Order: sequence, then structure tokens, then C-alpha cells
Amino acid sequence: MERIPILKMGDYLLVTIQVDMHDRLATTLQEDLADRIVKARSRAVLIDISALEVVDSFIGRMLGSIAAIARVLDAETVVVGMRPAVAITLVELGLALPGVRTALNVEKGMDILRQSLSDTVNGHHSEPVAEPADADAQG
Amino acid sequence: MPVASRTAELIQKHEGEILQDWVQAQMTAVTARPDLMQKAELEDQSRTLLQELKHTLASGDGGDIKGSAWQGVRDTLASISQSRARQGFSPSETATFVFSIKEPIFARLQRDLAKDLAALTAETWLINVLIDKLALHTIEVFQKSREDVINRQQRTMLELSTPVVELWDGILALPLIGTLDSERTQLVMESLLTRIVETGAAIAIIDITGVPTVDTLVAQHLLKTVAAARLMGADCLISGIRPQIAQTIVHLGVELGDVTSKATLAGAFAVALKRTGLAIVRSPQRSA
Repeated sequence: MERIPILKMGDYLLVTIQVDMHDRLATTLQEDLADRIVKARSRAVLIDISALEVVDSFIGRMLGSIAAIARVLDAETVVVGMRPAVAITLVELGLALPGVRTALNVEKGMDILRQSLSDTVNGHHSEPVAEPADADAQG
Repeated sequence: MPVASRTAELIQKHEGEILQDWVQAQMTAVTARPDLMQKAELEDQSRTLLQELKHTLASGDGGDIKGSAWQGVRDTLASISQSRARQGFSPSETATFVFSIKEPIFARLQRDLAKDLAALTAETWLINVLIDKLALHTIEVFQKSREDVINRQQRTMLELSTPVVELWDGILALPLIGTLDSERTQLVMESLLTRIVETGAAIAIIDITGVPTVDTLVAQHLLKTVAAARLMGADCLISGIRPQIAQTIVHLGVELGDVTSKATLAGAFAVALKRTGLAIVRSPQRSA
């Protein structure tokens, strides 16, 4: 069966979606990713959707639930490379993905993950989604 | 027998008289607008139309005003209608101009055909239908010239639509001017997101100094734009909230969510600089 590869790089899991997503592929990815996060004890997941030209409400929700699942498993998720048209579609669908962190490209996404990993290594891993607030850094 | 041939003869015979009566009737009618048009111009328009009508009727062509024989009349009506639209006449005033020709013509018909009642009825009906059609045509042209004006203005509005400017490396500003409707929001969103991809900006400042009112709908559109930018990995700040706007926002209970808002663009720019780890310092030579 067709699968989307999940690459492990150090502490990070990388998922690059290169094909058009259909619903079965999305649910498989969700299951695979949950397994890999636990097996590899990953703390950070980066999903690159720059090749996705069409995102429907199912895929949109799937991105949200992947982030939520990863968070439950104590991993940070960043979705990167969303196209403008896709972003507009998602907003029009009412799916602003509030729990998902986003970045413009892979590079910036890696920066965010690296930042949040180093924050948590310093022993401040308490807040799940919120921005690393200034107060937290000082404390 | 060609359509309305009697009327053609009639107009030929009494042209001056009809014109005089017609102009007189228009001057005294309730729809007369001496403030918009002088008598000379009115007479001029009336004469031109009457002459065209006379030629067309005399040529004996049928009552199909869309036909080529009526081209002259149609053009005359179109130019009269367009000039009246520009002068500020209302549609009904313009239509009345055409309708009012009935009275003098009917009066003459009645006089000349008093003995032949059947012919009188037939002729009256024909002319009646004909002039109604001409008046409708006039209204259509009138409406069309109005629509042209509206379309032109709409295009201008969209052309003036929001530019996205780069304030600093990685900081974009979006000065919004005018009300945000859904069509415009779409345009604004598209241009903002495209620029975010082009410049790789991490922060976008939406300045609403030029937005006259912020109601729930406008706020919703703003938040949509913010959400779309966030999906692309860029943070949005909202700036330029005037005191009255702040009051309306609170009174209406508009929820701006967790979007950072600042009173001025300068304030938002300072926040943006701080978030990107930049600072503005006074140069030592100057301060010394």
C-alpha cells in the first residue's frame, strides 16, 4: 500500500508530502506518525506541504489532529510551506488550525523546532502550545 | 399600407406646429427642469428627434425599432439620453421627454382623421406602441450609461487597492484604505500572502488607519487575513486603531482574538523589530 515516508533525523521526524493527499493516505500517515513518535522518542515533527496544491477540509482537520496527537505524545509539530491559495482555502473553510505551528519554509520551521527543543532541554517544558513567552525565558 | 403613413404625412405637414406645442408642453410640465436645461437646448433636442422620426416614418419602414431604418432615431435618442444622464436628469424625466411627443401628435391626428374613426384608432395605437418602444430604448441607454460610470469607478477602486510594502527585512506593512468587503479581503489576502512568500517575511503589520469603520464583518475579514498569514508562518499585528474605532470595537463586542494591536504603525513597527531581534539605536556621533 502507498505510504508517505517518515524520515528520522536526530531528534526530528521529517514528513514531506509530495503526492496529492487522499483520505486513506492521510489516516495512514496519522497512524504511522504516532507510531514513529513513540518508537523513535522524537520530540519534534516537521511536515512539509509545499507540494500540496489542494487541501480539503479532511486534510485540514487531519493536520490539526496530527499536531494534537503529537502534542499528547510530547512532541512539537510545525507545518511548513503552505501555499497562499491553500491558506486562503483553509481560512474560508473555517479551519485556521489554531493548535498548529506554522512556518514559511523548512529552514524556518527547523529554527522553530530547534528553539523549542532547546527551551525544553533547559527544563521549562510545561506549556504545550503557547508561544515561548518572555516571562518564561527569564524565569 | 406602410406603418403609420398618415402620421408621417401629418408630421411633414405640421412639423413646426408640433414642435412648438411639444416644447411648450415640456416647459410647462411638472417634470420640466429649467435648472438643468435651457429652452434653446430643449428645443434643439426636440427638433432633432422629430426630424429623425419624420424621415424614418416617411421611409415607410415597419414598426421594428431595432431595425436598420431606425438607426438614426436610436442614435439620436442615445445621445440625448447620455447627455441627460450626465446633466443629472432622472430616468423618468428622460422618459417623459419622449412620451410627451404623443400629445401634440395625437391632437393633430384627431383633427385630421376626425371623419375616419377606424383609421384614427388604428393610427393612434400604432404611434402609441412606437413611442413607448422608443422611450424604453431611451431608458435602456440611460441605465447603461449609468452602469458604465459605476463600473469605471469600481475598476478605479480595485486599482487603488492595497499595496503591500516592505518596511524592513522580514517585516511587511499593509496599509488598508477604505471599507473591507469580502471581495476586497480576498484580493488583500492574496497580495499579502504572495508577498510573504516572495520576501520570506515573518511579520506583517496590517494598518487600518484608512478604514472608516470596523464592524463585526470587517473584524471577521481582518481576522481571516491574520489567520491565513499565520498558516503561512507569518505573525500579524494590527495597527492604526483610532480612538473612535477602539470605542466601536468594544461597544460592538468585536473579538480581535489574541492578535496584537497597537495604536500607531510606529508602535507596531517597534514590536516587530523587537520580535525579529532588531533594535534602533541613536548614532553616537549625533548624540554626542
